[in-house]
Amino acid sequence: MTIIQKQSTQRPSLPHPIKTIKLTFLLGIYGFLLAISTFAFAVPESTEPPPSLTNDSIFETALNKLNQKNFAQKNQAITEFSNLKDNRVLNTLIALKEGELFYVKKTKQIGFSEKKEALYVLTDPVTSKIIGEFKKRKIKKISLNNSLRTLIRQTIAGLQLSSQDKQTRLDAATSIIKKPSKDLLPTLEKAIALETDETVLLRLTKARAVINISDPSADVRLASVHRLEGSLLPEIRSLLNAMLIVEDDGSFREPSEEVRAAATIALESINDQVQVYKFAENLFFGISLGSVLLLSAVGLAITFGVMGVINMAHGEMMMIGAYTTYVIQLLMPNHIEYSLMVAIPAAFLVAGLMGIIIERGIIRHLYGRPLETLLATFGLSLVLQQLVRSIFSPLNRSVYTPDWMSGSWEINGALSLTYNRLYIIFFALAVLIALILLLKKSRFGLQMRAVTQNRSMARAIGIRTSWVDAMTFGLGSGIAGIAGVALSQLTNVGPNLGQAYIIDSFMVVVFGGVGNLFGTFFAAMSLGIANKFIEPYAGAVLAKILILVFIIIFIQRRPRGLFALKGRAAED
Amino acid sequence: MKSENSSWLKRLGLGIGALALSFTTATSATAGDTIKVGVLHSLSGTMAISETTLKDTVMMMIDVQNSKGGLLGKKLEAVVVDPASNWPLFAEKAKELLDKEKVDVIFGCWTSVSRKSVLPVIEELNGLLFYPVQYEGEESSKNVFYTGAAPNQQAIPAVDYLAAQGVERWILAGTDYVYPRTTNKILESYLKSQGVKPEDIMINYTPFGHSDWQTIVSNIKAFGSKGKKTAVVSTINGDANVPFYKELGNQGISAEDIPVIAFSVGEEELSGIDTAPLVGHLAAWNYFMSAESKDNDAFIDNWQKYIKSDERVTNDPMEATYIGFNMWAKAVEKANSVDVDTVREAMYGVTVPNLTGGIAVMNTNHHLSKPVLIGEIQDDGQFEIVWQTKGEVTGDAWTNYLPESKWVVSDWTAPISCGNYNIKTGKCSGQVY
Repeated sequence: MTIIQKQSTQRPSLPHPIKTIKLTFLLGIYGFLLAISTFAFAVPESTEPPPSLTNDSIFETALNKLNQKNFAQKNQAITEFSNLKDNRVLNTLIALKEGELFYVKKTKQIGFSEKKEALYVLTDPVTSKIIGEFKKRKIKKISLNNSLRTLIRQTIAGLQLSSQDKQTRLDAATSIIKKPSKDLLPTLEKAIALETDETVLLRLTKARAVINISDPSADVRLASVHRLEGSLLPEIRSLLNAMLIVEDDGSFREPSEEVRAAATIALESINDQVQVYKFAENLFFGISLGSVLLLSAVGLAITFGVMGVINMAHGEMMMIGAYTTYVIQLLMPNHIEYSLMVAIPAAFLVAGLMGIIIERGIIRHLYGRPLETLLATFGLSLVLQQLVRSIFSPLNRSVYTPDWMSGSWEINGALSLTYNRLYIIFFALAVLIALILLLKKSRFGLQMRAVTQNRSMARAIGIRTSWVDAMTFGLGSGIAGIAGVALSQLTNVGPNLGQAYIIDSFMVVVFGGVGNLFGTFFAAMSLGIANKFIEPYAGAVLAKILILVFIIIFIQRRPRGLFALKGRAAED
Repeated sequence: MKSENSSWLKRLGLGIGALALSFTTATSATAGDTIKVGVLHSLSGTMAISETTLKDTVMMMIDVQNSKGGLLGKKLEAVVVDPASNWPLFAEKAKELLDKEKVDVIFGCWTSVSRKSVLPVIEELNGLLFYPVQYEGEESSKNVFYTGAAPNQQAIPAVDYLAAQGVERWILAGTDYVYPRTTNKILESYLKSQGVKPEDIMINYTPFGHSDWQTIVSNIKAFGSKGKKTAVVSTINGDANVPFYKELGNQGISAEDIPVIAFSVGEEELSGIDTAPLVGHLAAWNYFMSAESKDNDAFIDNWQKYIKSDERVTNDPMEATYIGFNMWAKAVEKANSVDVDTVREAMYGVTVPNLTGGIAVMNTNHHLSKPVLIGEIQDDGQFEIVWQTKGEVTGDAWTNYLPESKWVVSDWTAPISCGNYNIKTGKCSGQVY
């Protein structure tokens, strides 16, 4: 939106051109034409007025109207405001949508806000000058509701259709497909006429079809249905489905039989494809659940699997990891996007250290007494929970999710993979591989395996077994801490975080075969995938029960789990 | 073997908890010529997150009342116990408050399970309980005043609001326990009575603390792509909400596509999370912190001063506690006594200002009349009120939308004097709730 034509569409009686305020870019002839032709959005086509300019005071009056209590009046004000031919409109609307448009409580002056440490800097949308710095309580955001948000989204999309940037135009078209509005049709027609880029053109005609699907003429509707064939977007599926809805009086919502038949055919082929993607999606959900199980269980696979310590406080180690993430984010508010990178080693150290302290202070006195270990660590888990409640309050803490972990990777309309889950899958695998390398390739791993296989022999050849015990327990706890960092991105960071995962972790380790990291991996993945394939049919509650029943039966058949250790290692 | 261990462990944990509790109670047991106010909210365990705030609210109200000279010339004295989110312990602690501490009134409970566990004790010992949380209804005890919302003061108006916005397809999603199950049963029956077809209703339950919402959100998306405007009515409880909304945001479902209206998400719950993905989703309550009234401003100021933090928020159960406490104080003054039966009689028809600029009335069915508000979540964790009922809605203990309670009413004044009176058969079913 770089060419400016300032004029008042609402008040034709208004004075003649005043002056161009800011012309930011020199544009080619093409762009100029494009802009002129597309500027008529939301204005009746026939009354396209000669180019004229808005002056500051008109802009300001329209702007100030945005700040009204009543949502119906606000709706009116937004429509009026967006009809101004002014390059400042788009930016203001974007700021409004993003919740960055505030007003000063005292003076009612409106401004873009930018947070600077504890203060908010307000910039005047009219003159781009700084109004001043304010405390949070002195200013208030201009509030919106859902219908206003939809209106603004449509308006912005309409404005952006004439953008110079190809990607912006493409996004604007997508936005119209998702939130079609009849008012945008004239703008869209012009954009189609002027568009030269093939991909954008395709998207634009699709957007036109989405709008035309409710056209009064059956022929236009039929053409629209044909244009939308093969599209997997849920919004388009919804539109096609809507045509087949039978109203209460027995009539179809779509009167023409021919159009209905076309819609049915289109939907059938779409649904076939959706089925395939649904399967892929389920598989992804399963792997993602599996990777969360893997992350939470792999630390336990060390402490319980390798050392044989029943550590009921394992969940609390994850909780400590999650709280470490929270603290790290508090410490680096300006680089919060990278806070997770710092939190991973920090959580490993904090939880690991905690693990070593627990091992030295409690567990080492209880080796060979599993029931007492269980009780002591369970008590410890309660102590740690209450400790966190006392330090951080019983309320959940807000952990920031970096932008690169939000949203999803849209492969097509029917299949999109959420980034946070995707990263966690890779992260879980990385942790597992690193751990296996550590155990198999490092000196510490060798000592650890020696101590667990034959303690007295290991001591006889000069390994400090008690040191190895402490380090092993620290390693398991540290990995639980890392899992906590990942969990902080998926669930609540609160004192009860650990409890939710402890049962699952034991389940995975036991199912996979105690003392076997590969077993843990396969157990986590197979339980995750099985759970996700049962869930659509049985519901979340029953799916979990079925999995537990399955494990009970399985353990009865194979008490040593999926991958039992064989040979001398299995003797104890 | 494993299950035996864990129940053993639970008892051990309980023991530790009880030990810790005896410290808290011991300090406040200074006798004298005071009116004793029992506070029965969990200060540890899973429910501590919500209930601690209500304990603080009662303490603040007691402070305020004492600074006004107390009641009947006596100071109020708080007796705080911690039932530690453990349902049977609620009953034990209630007994302790009534038997040992001889409190004159109790403010407490959050979950329906805890209330149900306290009920027999309160009724047997003729105590007085103010219950400040929205609940599923189908109950009216002589000894309990329900200052939270009944289903017709929250769920039904919420659905009406969405229907007026053009929603034709409904997903009733809840946590798997008594409140969501009953509420969804009522809503399902209500929606069907409004002409919604059974295939346009999807009901889904999840376990407590559910964190993997991928499949369910994907199903919601699929359910919403059938050509009709779809909305989710959420009775999802507590912690499970955050991952649910996060998943909605990540899978690209915005409030403009499929709005979610929640009955358990308030300002307090939002204060622990990044609300950006939630913007535009809805909640139905009888109070929002953003409500504009003088009383509300004063209440918020008082609260933030009391809790020594201007970051702390207020929420609906706090308002219910505020109303309940003020009503009790007024009734005590009216009755000129703290005797449970006298105060109960004095409670009927008591009015106190609520915090949204109206007047709350206590009805003879032990439920309040209060306004119903719909708010949209904003990115600062507050709600923008987008709709509210004209005037107050009277709480209905027994819903009209379930066949078994259609003809049941509650009226604790003569001539009915019954919490469970069937107007068709003319019988009082007594204590069968």
